[in-house]
Amino acid sequence: MDKLIYMDNAATTRVEPEVLNEMLPYFSEEYGNPSSAYSFSGRIAKKVAAARESIAGAIGAKDTEVFFTAGGSESDNWAIKGVADALKVKGNHIITTKIEHHAVLHTCEFLEKHGFEVTYLSVDENGVVSIDELKAAIRPSTILISVMFANNEIGTLEPVAQIGHVAHEHGIVFHTDAVQAFGHQPINVDELNIDLLSASAHKLGGPKGVGLLYVRSGVKLSNLIHGGAQEKGRRAGTTNAFGIIGFAKAMELATLGMEKNNAHEAQLRDHLIKRVLEEIPYVKLNGHPTDRLSNNANFSFRFVEGESLLIMLDQKGICASSGSACTSGSLDPSHVLLAIGLPHEIAHGSVRLTLSKDNTMEEVDYVVDSLKQIVEWLRGMSPLYEDFVKKNK
Amino acid sequence: MSQVTEYSEKVMDHFSNPRNVGEMENPSGVGTVGNAKCGDIMRMYLDIDENQVVRDAKFKTFGCGAAIATSSMATELVKGKTIADAMEVTNQAVMEALGGLPPVKVHCSLLAQEAIHAALWDYSQKNDVVIEGLKAPVNDIEETEEYYQTPGE
Repeated sequence: MDKLIYMDNAATTRVEPEVLNEMLPYFSEEYGNPSSAYSFSGRIAKKVAAARESIAGAIGAKDTEVFFTAGGSESDNWAIKGVADALKVKGNHIITTKIEHHAVLHTCEFLEKHGFEVTYLSVDENGVVSIDELKAAIRPSTILISVMFANNEIGTLEPVAQIGHVAHEHGIVFHTDAVQAFGHQPINVDELNIDLLSASAHKLGGPKGVGLLYVRSGVKLSNLIHGGAQEKGRRAGTTNAFGIIGFAKAMELATLGMEKNNAHEAQLRDHLIKRVLEEIPYVKLNGHPTDRLSNNANFSFRFVEGESLLIMLDQKGICASSGSACTSGSLDPSHVLLAIGLPHEIAHGSVRLTLSKDNTMEEVDYVVDSLKQIVEWLRGMSPLYEDFVKKNK
Repeated sequence: MSQVTEYSEKVMDHFSNPRNVGEMENPSGVGTVGNAKCGDIMRMYLDIDENQVVRDAKFKTFGCGAAIATSSMATELVKGKTIADAMEVTNQAVMEALGGLPPVKVHCSLLAQEAIHAALWDYSQKNDVVIEGLKAPVNDIEETEEYYQTPGE
């Protein structure tokens, strides 16, 4: 099968050809270290500065507030550990949610071993954080609230502006992991009351290995990566010039095409969801029915297991992902699916399909037709389905 | 980690073309092991003749690629064997016949062995036969949710 239908754009995206072209000269021609003194490097430093300015402008930030990192995980680590260290004299309490990416959750767990206290907010059945629960969790010792912009598994959008507002009412720093939303959702850091924001280039048509942390002027943040004086002395490490240049180009394209791309993806997504829910029995859509990323669909198919489903999709040339335990190497299914209240056995049968502007309606129809066949085949093999059918006879 | 690239050709073959999938009308013995919470349930049906030879085996499995492949291989291995020899179809034997399993999937082969034993136990109870080395299955999905825990994962 030569066919490749890529529907795992929340995992990573294709580098846009225009982005690649923008980056190419900076490998073997303009290869200087932007920190060096000579003019050969100076012009690269200028290009990096322009990239920073361009990305900052796209989110309503100043260029002095954007710091490039090696990716989303580093940005999350820096934001959380950096605030924890800088504000430890003020307090030791952090509020986050049960559905964060592991880059946030595991960082918080690390801090718990070092004297910090963390409240993990629950979410409703759609994956939305409750503002009342957030307010109730705030203590005098709370120094940071970290809530993701959009969930990577189920696509639910969180009420970021409201959360930021609550944080600021209490003088608490607000961080959002916007890795899935950056370049996909309109973001203005002032309007949304964001103090710290993590993003990653490869989720929006840019290269892997480069991300950023937006740090609002005046927010106290200790360094994470110590060494050279790059990034105004805030983040050491040789400037990833081609990565940053590619990131900026990807963001430029994503911003320009956002409305059109979102409309296209939402149309495909809605068709996908409608057909799956109508044509396959015993299936549930996970995540908020409307307040979700325009490219995300996440389903639980009862009586089947996700990894089997993924392998069979792969055999039909379809790339998707699952919240099944068997795809993670642990025995527990996705923490996000458990947090929205799915029983283990239903969470095991989940599949995530994340679209891009390059997907077509024909591809969506092919995926639904394939899913129908595969789910029917696996249910035919499932003792759970056998018992269910016998019980309901 | 990509499951597809970690599975052996034999595992992929038994996953894609599983042998002996199905139910049995009046099995000599049937056993169900694992639990849905952990994402693996295996049910094995055995048809055993008057000479205590496994005439036929069928299975149904809810689980990952490795769980389906090990179920399929386990049914192939017990078919035609005496009940005493069927006891020798261990998880190791199933795994070897499949050309190995990725380390995180080894527990699936244990489940296959448990399924054979559970079906044999059912047969031994129904027919008042003592099978050497066979113990009552500790697990029963109806009774316990927490049966299956793999240490170290």
